[in-house]
Amino acid sequence: MWQLLKIELFKIFRKPRTYISFGAIAAMVLIVQVALKFDGRSYVEFILGSLQESLEIPFDKILNGYFICFVILNLLLIHIPLLIALVAGDAVAGEANMGTLRLLVTKPVSRTQLMLAKFLATTVYTAMLLAWMAFLSLLLSVLIFGTNDMIVARNDVVEVIQRNDVVWRYFAAFGYATVALTTVAALAFLLSVFAENSIGPIVSTISIVIVFTILSEMQIPMYDRTVKPYLFTSHMLAWKAFFYLKTDEDGTSIRGTIQNLPAIMRSLAILLAYIGLFLGTAILVFRKKDILT
Amino acid sequence: MKNKTKFLAILFACLLSSLMNAAAQDVETILNKVRAKLETVNDYEAVGEMKTNISFLKTANATVTVFFKRPNKLKIKNEQGISLVPKGSVSLSLNNLVSGKYQIIDGGKEKINGKEVAVIKLLPTDETTDVVLSTLYIDVESMLVVRARTTTRDNGTNELEMSYGRYAANALPDRVVFSFNTQEYKLPKGVTFDYDDGSAKKKTAETAKDKKGKIEIVYRTYKINKGIADAVFK
Repeated sequence: MWQLLKIELFKIFRKPRTYISFGAIAAMVLIVQVALKFDGRSYVEFILGSLQESLEIPFDKILNGYFICFVILNLLLIHIPLLIALVAGDAVAGEANMGTLRLLVTKPVSRTQLMLAKFLATTVYTAMLLAWMAFLSLLLSVLIFGTNDMIVARNDVVEVIQRNDVVWRYFAAFGYATVALTTVAALAFLLSVFAENSIGPIVSTISIVIVFTILSEMQIPMYDRTVKPYLFTSHMLAWKAFFYLKTDEDGTSIRGTIQNLPAIMRSLAILLAYIGLFLGTAILVFRKKDILT
Repeated sequence: MKNKTKFLAILFACLLSSLMNAAAQDVETILNKVRAKLETVNDYEAVGEMKTNISFLKTANATVTVFFKRPNKLKIKNEQGISLVPKGSVSLSLNNLVSGKYQIIDGGKEKINGKEVAVIKLLPTDETTDVVLSTLYIDVESMLVVRARTTTRDNGTNELEMSYGRYAANALPDRVVFSFNTQEYKLPKGVTFDYDDGSAKKKTAETAKDKKGKIEIVYRTYKINKGIADAVFK
């Protein structure tokens, strides 16, 4: 299995398109960092502007590395699924397109093992992409902007998290984001089994993610109760909940707490169930597939 | 008979006028005594624990330093992190309320926490000042202001509650509760992409109701009249 995984990883990292994602993330993160370095005040004014009449806003302190990282993740984690689909959608369909799939299944390994190795390799790629993003958006932002307490602007609440209570939340958030993006990878992987070239699964995955994200974000009560709780895109956002703190009776934040950990765990379980469903279906279909290419 | 009635009326008017005058002098005396106490402080640097209670703001208690310099400079700084302090916090210092020229009105007596206090209203004679009306509730036994309500042009009405201890001789409180008006905070969900963990709806309803904020500072130490550079207040 380890040998299979190494071969699959070699295949992924041999293709130039794999590095497009790393390059794209670096470019996007740097663009946001440069923009906020020179005009970050405008952004803070945009999100906290309505408070300026009654409160003094310490703009310089708010624009710190932790805040910048959260802004970057907020902007990018919606778009990263597209980069994940680029590789995951190519996992099986790419082999079919090149005509190497039939040759591959003649090797003395089971189709299940083959699929698991391919999916594991895709997961490793996803984790590496997230680690790269964490390095750039957190570490680089901290180096450029320094650290301070972190402000999280929600729809109707502003959270102020003490600086020594932030880093573990990012570790948890990146860990969760890896699972969330693995769900997208599993979807692209499943679609890849049905296709003969990678364009179809990549475009289909992107389309599904876009449609589901729109449904997740629309504030329509009919969808809120019926569709939204079952869409994986609704649960992909749960990484943010690591930055929502519990409060005491007086409304004071309690350090080291998470407002609703059971909700995060429920979302995590739903995402894991989706991964299991997508991967299980992909393996099942692939095992019975009549491979002609 | 007519002359007698006239004489009585004049006598009554004189009595009333002298009584009113005495009352006015009385509140002025009280205010002067309070002012004298306050004027023993030219500047101070106080370290304390600040607790913020604003419906839309979730923050932990913070250690803050409050700087004051006469006549009306006041700054709250959180050296360790971020604290969002109210804009009208300059009223945190009573010096700012009692300095300047005012028309003094006797507001009678009231009871706060079982203690009788004199109520004095101050109307600024300068119409351009931000403060429109200040009402001071003064404990006449100790000559300390225990409550102050200030109506301003820009920031609405705010209220200050004070309790004294170690620094009462300088009219500096050990604990201050400052209540003020806040704006409603709301960002479109399309901008924040919030995760709905089920507790959001309840919170929105609570937030919409309460537009009053409150900060409480419990002072640990004061450094009085040691001199503070103007740069601190920038």
